[in-house]
Amino acid sequence: MSIFIAKRLLTLIATLIGASMVIFLVMEILPGDPALVILGVEATDEMVAALTKELGLDRPAPERYWTWISGLLQGEMGTSYAYKVPVWELVEGALWITIPLAIMSIILSIILALIIGLYAAAHHNKAGDVALMGFSQLGISVPNFWLALLLILLFSIQLRWFPAGGFPGWNEGFFVCIVALLLPAISLATVVGAILARITRSSVLEVYREDYVRTARSKGLSQRATLWLHVLRNALIPVLTVTGIQFSALLTGTVVVENVFHIPGLGSLVLKAINNRDTIVVENVVLLLATMVIMTNFVVDILYAVVDPRLKAHDI
Amino acid sequence: MTLLDVQDLTITLATAEGPARAVRDLSFSLERGETLGIVGESGCGKSMTALALMSLLPERSNTEGKILLESEDLLRFSEKDLCNIRGNRMAMIFQEPMTSLNPVHTIGHQVMEPLRLHKGLDKDAAHAEALRLLDRVGIPNPKARIRNYPHQLSGGQRQRVMIALALSCGPDILIADEPTTALDVTIQDQILELIQNLVSEDGMALILISHDLGVISENTDKVLVMYGGSAVETGRTDKIFGELTHPYTLGLFAAMPKLGMGRNARLATIPGVVPDLMNLPAGCTFFDRCPLASDHCRDASPPVHVLNPDHAVACHNIDDARGKKSEELYL
Repeated sequence: MSIFIAKRLLTLIATLIGASMVIFLVMEILPGDPALVILGVEATDEMVAALTKELGLDRPAPERYWTWISGLLQGEMGTSYAYKVPVWELVEGALWITIPLAIMSIILSIILALIIGLYAAAHHNKAGDVALMGFSQLGISVPNFWLALLLILLFSIQLRWFPAGGFPGWNEGFFVCIVALLLPAISLATVVGAILARITRSSVLEVYREDYVRTARSKGLSQRATLWLHVLRNALIPVLTVTGIQFSALLTGTVVVENVFHIPGLGSLVLKAINNRDTIVVENVVLLLATMVIMTNFVVDILYAVVDPRLKAHDI
Repeated sequence: MTLLDVQDLTITLATAEGPARAVRDLSFSLERGETLGIVGESGCGKSMTALALMSLLPERSNTEGKILLESEDLLRFSEKDLCNIRGNRMAMIFQEPMTSLNPVHTIGHQVMEPLRLHKGLDKDAAHAEALRLLDRVGIPNPKARIRNYPHQLSGGQRQRVMIALALSCGPDILIADEPTTALDVTIQDQILELIQNLVSEDGMALILISHDLGVISENTDKVLVMYGGSAVETGRTDKIFGELTHPYTLGLFAAMPKLGMGRNARLATIPGVVPDLMNLPAGCTFFDRCPLASDHCRDASPPVHVLNPDHAVACHNIDDARGKKSEELYL
């Protein structure tokens, strides 16, 4: 087990070094001068040059890359060009919105997927299965921002159960924050849940054809007991893979839904930073997202070994 | 009372191309402690018969006839009652030990499962009984092995675990569907001997399914030779092997490699392939491959000739077939 984790940690470090270089290079190539954006079009060349020097942007790229990385190693993300505050201050607030939102969405998705997927598999090719798979196809096809608007129309404007947008902040209380995140989470979970439901269904149906399922039935286990005791755990392996990928996508790809609900998450932050050419914020946020994606994969790998004992023997 | 009495069993499978008659009008019986061999090539309905006995046929299939277990017709049982029979009064060993055990559960867990289900044993009692069973089927060091997962065991050991699992509740009937086909030749004899010993110690009835006449002749009291879904020759093993009669049985015998036949000698084959279950001929299913076939065979089902109380053959040309040696008909 420890060799397995050590190997994974080394991969993680190597991936992060690679990712940081790519991110830095892309921001270098990106047209637009932060100093010019801050000062506006009427700034004189002298003013721009002075600000460029002040921000340290006149120094060569390798030196700036090293400054960034060595700062990160000491726990410093640097100062935002646009807002003149430490980057971490901007990131921290957004992080505690995006992560809870992604976790809520994935939990809702998994619940949805297991209920729909297992029901559909158990009623394979019957009316319930066909109807649910039709709905899930619809769920995959519907753009989440449009669904978000429909949810706002129904639950915020008509029924007045949930706020239409905004985020009160965690110091306003846990419950109000969860309520504020619920509609965004549902609009994200519909798509993800529909994808996972289809995978769950096909995976369960595939495992049903395995010889060991027939063995379980030959022992006298009922159809239902066989599903829970012998089919489900084996069927979870592909579901786990896709759940991991979808969770990463939820961490990094919620910007549209965040905007519909006016939630200041990481997606909104990075979008604003790109518009402001606030490259230092972009670099740090993107690297942070990359870290979270890699950590997600790491957790998924460990869960594989928990679900399937064969993987323990080979890799750990 | 007869332990198992199968009467006119007919199994129709629904396939994409239409109904396929996998088994037709099959009848046989089994007494307590008796061993029955079912022999035939792939696709002759052996495994379908076994699955029908366990009521584990695929959903899209239809079973007619009667399967009487001590005079109670299993085909009329509810699914719940069948669950009480499976693994308890009837148990089955499958062909593929590599895939027949669940990869995510320990072998101990899998052997304990029927014990807890049918015998109502608690965890400790089931664990102790599983240890005893694993020891009995010859798993070395069962105390350590009981925590192993299937992938940590060899094919032969996995089949031993399957046997332990099948025998756990002391069934009346054990069905072994090609239990040694997937194993090394050296292991095959050990496994067959193990099954044979356990069955006779417990007084169980055994249905041994194989395509290997040698295995059947050495391990059974009675034989059922199947072709195209129906029985072509039935009777006591010693009687049948004393006078192989049906042209198909003779063909199976001719196709067997024999000791001392020389490395360049060619094995005899039965020309042609097994019949298409979707379009079975009106008459004898073996018609188009039979060296003795006449026009009559094509049009009418063969009658069953009872040669003696322990030997019956379904063939039109029984007089031609009797006394023929396998090598006279094939080669």
